[in-house]
Amino acid sequence: MAYDFLDIKLIVNGEQVSARVPARMHLVDFLRMELELTGSHLGCEHGICGACSVRVDGVVVRGCLVLAAQCDGSDVLTIEGLSESKEVVDLQNTFVERNAMQCGFCTPGMLMTAAELLAKNDKMARNEIREFMSGNFCRCTGYHAIIDAIEITMEARREEERS
Amino acid sequence: MKAAKFKYIRPSSLDEAINLLSDFGEEARILAGGQSLLPTLNMRLSQPKVLIDINRLDELQGISHEGKHIRIGALTRHVDIAESDLITENIPLISEAIEYVAHVAVRNRGTFGGSVALADPAAEMPACTLALQGTLVVEGPNGRRQIRADDFFHDLYETARAPEEILVEVQLPIRRSGESFAFMELSRRKGDYAMAGLACKATFQDNRFLSVRLVYFGTELKPTLGENVMSQLEGREWSETLAEKVIASLEDDLDPVDNLQGSAAMKLHLQKVLTKRTLAEVVQRLGNV
Ligand SMILES: Cc1cc2nc3c(=O)[nH]c(=O)nc-3n(C[C@H](O)[C@H](O)[C@H](O)COP(=O)(O)OP(=O)(O)OC[C@H]3O[C@@H](n4cnc5c(N)ncnc54)[C@H](O)[C@@H]3O)c2cc1C
Ligand code: FES
Ligand code: FES
Repeated sequence: MAYDFLDIKLIVNGEQVSARVPARMHLVDFLRMELELTGSHLGCEHGICGACSVRVDGVVVRGCLVLAAQCDGSDVLTIEGLSESKEVVDLQNTFVERNAMQCGFCTPGMLMTAAELLAKNDKMARNEIREFMSGNFCRCTGYHAIIDAIEITMEARREEERS
Repeated sequence: MKAAKFKYIRPSSLDEAINLLSDFGEEARILAGGQSLLPTLNMRLSQPKVLIDINRLDELQGISHEGKHIRIGALTRHVDIAESDLITENIPLISEAIEYVAHVAVRNRGTFGGSVALADPAAEMPACTLALQGTLVVEGPNGRRQIRADDFFHDLYETARAPEEILVEVQLPIRRSGESFAFMELSRRKGDYAMAGLACKATFQDNRFLSVRLVYFGTELKPTLGENVMSQLEGREWSETLAEKVIASLEDDLDPVDNLQGSAAMKLHLQKVLTKRTLAEVVQRLGNV
């Protein structure tokens, strides 16, 4: 009836994966320990920091607040897959140019969240970008450089569209 | 931290979910968006034996127009509330308040039903449901029943829902002419739980308050009606003098709790400031509709 272990099938970064997971295992432990995708980080494991952000079925979620068992049949994208797809290669370059990371612990989560913001393709004021990113903590940069990088990328994309 | 061991089950119908909930009793918890439940499990503040995952139950989805109210299925995610035209047009208080609920990744998963069922004292949706005099529909082994929001919120995380009942939907009345709404909240950072907040629905006739609903959250153990303030306003026209008078009577309505968010005295002060601003805003908005 109720299970201690579950057999799940899902897509991770475009590849079919099947596995048997303990009921209590959250998605990021599954990604890191079973699939060795260590780009998704665990800061707090209770929803506060956003280091664990991953995309599930098209939207960014807290990977520490979703069970692996719940992702049976889902399409999961991690920072590894996002990088490979080149969806935010411009943002990644701007992160480097603007020095938007120091230790880099928060960076995968920042990129996963910012990817959703950039995909909306809205024009956003700086304070709106800040609000959108408010669920992701950074202990190093003081945030300005991160917001700069996102703002510059957003503006560059719009510029490209216009030309 | 990691959650203690539990079992997981994903029923494929509401009936099955209800049966499971009554079979397992106190040992089981419903898993909706998981955005409040999973943090408490990971921190081992709670250790249920079984999680019943309702995420794939179609019966609990969707926002629809039904007669004089809008029906919000319990599994409707915060993001879907924020993006719904039906809500924006018909229940403006909810679309204003939903902007204050959590951060994007949490909004993509957290549900309206989960928020109301949990009844966090600092949460926005329970307060709005009470301000709007919504109706909560729950279903258990003995069938469905409706609970008025006025009868639903009992105490800290305690509601009129029985442990073996599932919250199925919430019905919120569609706005009518002469009604005006406002919502205000103070938090340290956008998306965090409130330090103090207030949801208001007011009905006017000839510029006078006909009736007012003021619901305070973030400062009490549950969303709380400001009954003294409400009765002082009825039949009167808004003015600075009236503002000062009603604010003084707020002390009889509220008994804020001290916590990490601030002292009781500070919270009472904040609620007074918000009361004045919110009432001025509903009056001003009425003129603009
Ligand atoms: C960082 C962070 C910030 C947040 N900020 C805010 C905020 O500012 N404002 C706010 O309101 N919330 C906030 N939340 C909480 C969030 O809104 C949750 O989504 C919500 O409180 C619970 O909804 P859920 O669907 O996630 O429920 P779950 O976590 O799945 O469940 C919560 C509880 O309700 C029960 N339950 C859920 N659905 C039902 C149902 N249909 N019938 C019966 N019982 C049910 C569960 O058994 C559990 O006990 C925040 C969360 C995080 C992690
Ligand atoms: S590890 Fe998930 S939010 Fe911090
Ligand atoms: S760069 Fe170190 S936490 Fe953000």
